[in-house]
Amino acid sequence: MPELIKAIEPFRFYTRLHLSELTGLRASNLSQLLNIVKRVPGSCIYHHTHRFLQQHQYLSPEPPNDFAYWVSKVLGEDELGEKLASIDTIQFSTVRKLRDKIIATIENYLKNNMSAKLKFAGEGEEFHFIKSVSFVLPTNYIAYDLREFADIVKKITIDAIYFHIFESRLRLEKKTNDFSNWIETSIGDKELSDKISRLDPYIHTLEDLRKTIIRIVEQKLRD
Amino acid sequence: MANIEEYRSIIGQPIIDDLKLLAEKLKGKVIQYINSTAVGGGVAEILNCMVPLLRELEVDTRWDVIKGGEQFFEVTKKFHNALHGKPEEIAQRDFNIFMETSQKNIEALDIHGDIVFVHDPQPIALVKKKAGNKWIWRCHIDVSNPNHRVWKFLENFIAHYDSAVFSAPSFSQRLPIRQFLISPSIDPLSDKNKELPRETIDSVLKKYNIKDDKPIITQISRFDSLKDPIGVIEAYKQVKKYFDCQLILAGGSAADDPESAQVLEKVMAKSEHDKDIHILLLPQDDIVVNALQRASDVIVQKSLKEGFGLTVAEALWKSKPVVASNVGGIPLQIKHKYSGLLCHSIDGASFAIKQFLANPEYAKKLGQNGKEHIRNNFLIARHIREYMLLFLSLYHKEDVVYL
Repeated sequence: MPELIKAIEPFRFYTRLHLSELTGLRASNLSQLLNIVKRVPGSCIYHHTHRFLQQHQYLSPEPPNDFAYWVSKVLGEDELGEKLASIDTIQFSTVRKLRDKIIATIENYLKNNMSAKLKFAGEGEEFHFIKSVSFVLPTNYIAYDLREFADIVKKITIDAIYFHIFESRLRLEKKTNDFSNWIETSIGDKELSDKISRLDPYIHTLEDLRKTIIRIVEQKLRD
Repeated sequence: MANIEEYRSIIGQPIIDDLKLLAEKLKGKVIQYINSTAVGGGVAEILNCMVPLLRELEVDTRWDVIKGGEQFFEVTKKFHNALHGKPEEIAQRDFNIFMETSQKNIEALDIHGDIVFVHDPQPIALVKKKAGNKWIWRCHIDVSNPNHRVWKFLENFIAHYDSAVFSAPSFSQRLPIRQFLISPSIDPLSDKNKELPRETIDSVLKKYNIKDDKPIITQISRFDSLKDPIGVIEAYKQVKKYFDCQLILAGGSAADDPESAQVLEKVMAKSEHDKDIHILLLPQDDIVVNALQRASDVIVQKSLKEGFGLTVAEALWKSKPVVASNVGGIPLQIKHKYSGLLCHSIDGASFAIKQFLANPEYAKKLGQNGKEHIRNNFLIARHIREYMLLFLSLYHKEDVVYL
């Protein structure tokens, strides 16, 4: 077995816990939804495109964002729902760009489907806008090499995995996820780093993602 | 009372570690909970579990209960119903009674918390004592369609709080203060939710003369018109035409609910001495509730309005198939056809109950899905974590907070 490479800088695991802040804003139809999506804080867009990842950690019965779900299930606009659900979130490096894509998707749809504006949600089925407030704090887990890294990934909370994979990249606008960044810059393993950054985390449950990362790193340790 | 380490096998050590990290950030702060009853009802139940756990985490937590006479609680019950959107005659005299008792509590209660955490409308006026500390108002009521006059009255007080907390997104209102969404929770190790041996379940059934020779449909709720026990009996009667089953309507009464005796009387009349309808006015005995839920084939929660409906979480935690109204916080707990069946009417409820009774495998699968959903989202550890974050949010206004 080759000798383990000691990291130039150890990896400190952080966790991200969150609160949902209510805005009191609600939409009953597509025009209202569009208008509010344009003006709410980015943390609202972030919440409605990422909430499902943490609430349905083991099995996701819902489409990957709240906008898609509401448009399909409440307004019955399945085609728009599908377009919103299939927005490739991993392609966007900032919440601002993701918001622009959601706006463009709804606007284009409304241009060609004027009657969609006439559909209203029933009472109690309105879309309620919520903001995500994140609290980031260091855990006591620190990895000095890949073996320790894999062992810690096995036992940390999924909130910590979520933070390093999703939040740091999109919300804190880093270019890649924290794991890939550390493996490339502190372990010097570009190949392994690329393998992890090529994962599309949005199509995995968080537990699935944890297992996949562990498998990739342990495979590397065995090679 | 379970200690925090006993939750490890259910929620995992890393989550307990997170709670300890957060608790450290609250060192030196005194949290003072205030509500209107020490026993009965969901709020007292949660606080009885949460306060000792917070103390164990070394968060200095105190709990005070306001005092109020019969008249005061009659008025607050009217407010409660009116906030749920039920028609109520509310006179100026009612507001006067509310303010008189509130004034006595303002004078009598010692406010010593750095963070004062007030639950529901009964103690809301205490915020008049605010003096440099932080105040949170926690609303456990479905205020999605409130009586305008009562809500406006309360708003005068709410505006002086630092933050408000609601249980479902549809309850949020346009307010001048920050408002958060925090769902309540159940304690998996409490007497109401822990695993029970079969002998205990059997002995409870025996005690109440219930034989398990036919399917049991159960609604556990206070005898409150908003829980629609009459509607449950009607749904049962529809089901009974096709399935020889029995119904349990069981619940206690809360010290701050003077209406329950009248509702119980109506329920007795509606049951028409059907020997398969068991109406049980229970003393506070969580083991009995636990046993009745575990003995049931289908659990119903056919509320017309619901602050949250924790009985749904309790039933799902026991992997039971649940039929519940699509109101308040219930749709957060049940995804229709995935972790239970939602209904909008008596007919809908009876149809859903029949579906479960006719398809036991389907019922079992939905019950199992429900248990996992509760494990991930509605256990006490998540609730404590969010309350600690809420306390910390009082000192941080930004959307991403580095602790």
